[in-house]
Amino acid sequence: MLATLEGAVIASVLVLTAMGLSIVFGVMRVVNVAHGEFYMLGAVLAWYVSSVLGVNAVVGFVAALVLAPLLVGLIAAAADRLILKHLKYDPDRTIVATIGLLYIIQQTTLMTFGPDARPVAPPFNQRLALPWFEWGENGLEMFWPWGLSITSYKLFVIAAAAVVLLSLWVLITRTKLGLIMRATQQDSETALAFGIPVGRVYSVVFGLGAGLAALGAVLVVPIQQAHYLMGADPLLLSFIVVIIGGLGSLPGTVVAALLIGMSDGIISVFFSPTLAKIIATFLVAMVLVWRPQGLFGRAVT
Amino acid sequence: MTVARKSGLLHLSVLVALIGLFFMLPPYHSGNLARIMVLAIYAMGFNILFGYTGLLSLGHAMFFAAGMYGFGLAINLGGFPLLPAFLIGMLSAAGLAAITGFLALRTTGVAFMIVTLMFAQTAYLVILYFGAYTRGDEGFVIQTAKRSVMGIDLTTDSARYATALILFGLCFVALARLVQSPFGRTLVAIRENEERARMLGYDTGAHKLKAMILSGLISGVAGAAYAMLFGYVGATFATVQYSIFPLLWVLLGGAGTTIGPLLGVFFMFYLIDFSSSLTTAYMLIAGIVLVVLTMFAPQGLMGEMRKRVFTWLP
Amino acid sequence: MSNGTSKKTDFSRRSALKGIAATTLAATALPRFVQAQSASPIKIGFQKHATGIGAAYGRWYDATTQAAVKRINDDGGINGRPVEIVIEDDGTDPKRGAEVLEKFANQHKVDVAFGTLFSHVVIGSAPRAGELKLPYFVVSEGHHVASGMLNRYTLQPGITDVKSQVQSMAPFVAANLGKKVTMIYPDFAFGHDHRDFFSKAIEAQGGQVVAQIAIPPSETSFTRYFPSIPRETDVVYHVMVGPAVLTFVKELGEFFGPSRPEIFGFIDSLEAVDITSPGLEFLEGTYFWEGMPRHAQAENSVFDTAYRAAVGVDERGASLSDSKDVSTYAHMFGCWETLNVIKAGMESADYKGPDDRAKLIEAVEAMSEMPHSMDHPQGPKLFNGKTHQVFGQQYISKVDGGTLKVEHTASIEDGMYEDEVDYTAQSF
Repeated sequence: MLATLEGAVIASVLVLTAMGLSIVFGVMRVVNVAHGEFYMLGAVLAWYVSSVLGVNAVVGFVAALVLAPLLVGLIAAAADRLILKHLKYDPDRTIVATIGLLYIIQQTTLMTFGPDARPVAPPFNQRLALPWFEWGENGLEMFWPWGLSITSYKLFVIAAAAVVLLSLWVLITRTKLGLIMRATQQDSETALAFGIPVGRVYSVVFGLGAGLAALGAVLVVPIQQAHYLMGADPLLLSFIVVIIGGLGSLPGTVVAALLIGMSDGIISVFFSPTLAKIIATFLVAMVLVWRPQGLFGRAVT
Repeated sequence: MTVARKSGLLHLSVLVALIGLFFMLPPYHSGNLARIMVLAIYAMGFNILFGYTGLLSLGHAMFFAAGMYGFGLAINLGGFPLLPAFLIGMLSAAGLAAITGFLALRTTGVAFMIVTLMFAQTAYLVILYFGAYTRGDEGFVIQTAKRSVMGIDLTTDSARYATALILFGLCFVALARLVQSPFGRTLVAIRENEERARMLGYDTGAHKLKAMILSGLISGVAGAAYAMLFGYVGATFATVQYSIFPLLWVLLGGAGTTIGPLLGVFFMFYLIDFSSSLTTAYMLIAGIVLVVLTMFAPQGLMGEMRKRVFTWLP
Repeated sequence: MSNGTSKKTDFSRRSALKGIAATTLAATALPRFVQAQSASPIKIGFQKHATGIGAAYGRWYDATTQAAVKRINDDGGINGRPVEIVIEDDGTDPKRGAEVLEKFANQHKVDVAFGTLFSHVVIGSAPRAGELKLPYFVVSEGHHVASGMLNRYTLQPGITDVKSQVQSMAPFVAANLGKKVTMIYPDFAFGHDHRDFFSKAIEAQGGQVVAQIAIPPSETSFTRYFPSIPRETDVVYHVMVGPAVLTFVKELGEFFGPSRPEIFGFIDSLEAVDITSPGLEFLEGTYFWEGMPRHAQAENSVFDTAYRAAVGVDERGASLSDSKDVSTYAHMFGCWETLNVIKAGMESADYKGPDDRAKLIEAVEAMSEMPHSMDHPQGPKLFNGKTHQVFGQQYISKVDGGTLKVEHTASIEDGMYEDEVDYTAQSF
């Protein structure tokens, strides 16, 4: 029960980050290795914004929620313009370039932000304990054991992620921008021929992908802390999610994120934690071996 | 001069230069060069798969680590002498590569990258899980007394350099010959167009598996050599970072060239060594150099050379 | 256990005066080695975790090192020669660590190398130190030196090792907190040392470890591991390292809520983190091991006060310029003390240059008692020349009104164990 709720929190942050990676890969065919660093930048900027505004945790958090993804998106779009565009989005070269970008972002953060982990205060955070009933000496007894609890903020994270996902879905399926994105995804040359500014669409998509990662990070930073090395884990997990879910398949990404977020917690109930990680990692690899196109992807012919 | 003779001469002169450098360089730099040669073996192993066969693995650290741990555990726990232990290291890497290859080669492209990455991550966690034997992340030391062969102490500067050079030379020459053999040409054909290679009647699956095993084996040689020459075995070498390093080296030096891996390692090593004495932000400089190189020299150093000057380069 | 006293008053008045005199001298007097200014400096290579996961520690190890060197130089240097620190970043990576040692020995031509914290970097570098015949003084608290794994050129004279620290905690935990202990530790070598040494030590006290929860590395959320804590647990023993430590402790608090068992933790779980951070209120009334008390105590020793001032740390262990910037106070004193041991060793060996490195090691091996003094502000110490490991007092503090107050001082004897190696029998 507790494991499920915790898993849902992990999954909802993961889904946003993975979605960013998925969109970038789906539309641009670019494997963005620096994706985790955009996530980290989101968390770090959230810390800056909330500590500059200082006074009120709620004001600081809301400002961070708006500003941090926006700034990260702009940085990413600039990186696209300056670097990726010149590589003509060649798959191998963009991988190396984004590895370079990863180092640049990481070290710049280390030099300005420093090596310490820094907390951001959550806007609200009540511990919600759940009672437990047990048949005792005096009949049914209710008591409040340790452990059975979650915080209101964690519930908020789940809800927020759902809202963002919904609006993303609306954006892609119901707006002109979404239509342009889908057109570019299917055939960028024809799209270009039809007068779609593919270059600009790519910048917007790259910025949007990075912004989603940053948004996930802003949501998570009151639970965890901003740290300059925090990007590695989400990157790895997002990769797994995107692949398992099927490249470019948005519903697949959501399901895979839920699967990964939850399974980690559930497997660890039965095995020692490290053994659980070994098994989970190995299983994911095996799924890919037998279904390389992912659970929801269509086989490439 | 024929192309084969030209390239034979080139490889020979690289080796002669490496011998000469030992006598000319001060101890710090010759020590670095020994290290660079060991890491270049790793890069060459990676290059077989990536540069020649066109398969991008993000999990090669597991082969390096298999060689390293196979060798280290055989000596420290198994009590084997040095040479058999080295062989065990090589075999562990080749065996792991065979299993991984058998499974992972069912996939291609990005899925192949991720599958190898996940296998490597599993291997890393396994090392930590068996901490009672491996001492987990902390790793263990192979004592100086155990690092000698036929009475030669491998921990002296000259013996270390000579050993690194011999191992590097063997792999270097063997691979140079291999890529010009029919087998090597088939790999390149697979890289360029797997479908066509298959139509021409080649068993591409078997070729790719062989390339994978060979690649893992050579990476394992590097891992075992590192443990043998520098006396340390640790889980750090199995992390993702050490899977990405050979990719960087090979791309920098030039993928699908024989000398590229050596050049790439050399360039990266001195870039970090030099810039770290100027600023603590040396990784920042490394990052900028990477971006600039991919933008302006996409074929890597040797690749650009081949394109512009020496079109015959192997 | 009753042999630990909570307040330390055993330093003599004379040594206290000497300490104060030294500090005032340092502040006002002209450098005494005026003629020695021209003498070539003694170079000490400092392997710094400037990047990588150790960076938070590296920064404070650096600050402490600079302060210690300034004091040594203001006092006339070593053998009349000034000390110069050569810093190289090891990236908290064993491969780069070994490369940096080679650079120290062959490029910078340093006299000795020093300063590493993370065990894997120490173990990766130490073989090279032995081969290069470069004395290598580590400040790592790992058990690797005393376990005999390393070599004669590697010493740890400034900080007690983890085996000793853990062992000396067991009597207090069993007597005051409870007998049934659940341990939570990171699932790698450092955590396994805690698991193995503490389990043994608590059983010797009649206690029992009822559950061992190993957390996989690079984990960023922890709540799902806590349900495996058995309900019969009296004490939770936690130790965690890495950037996610604050999350770990916060989630521990959220998990337990108001009905928690006793909690005993190693301050590593909160090193460089402000103990009054939001979400940590539940720590009130819990206990921590501290290598050196982060918060200045009511009757603070003059040495600790002067040491804080020299390093630039206020009475809550935070930077003087930024009270939110908390130091790694429980570990970094090791740099200060190690440098003073190097100085004492070089003076007693009449160290002239790299040819005297073996003599320097023999001089350090000959050391034994190190009194509580300005050279050793953490407390008195006993050095074991055979195992190359120093032993010192350990502190257990209780969080009281957001301040860590020392409740118990574990004596040096509590942390002693049988020798596992005799490095002096090895040749140079």
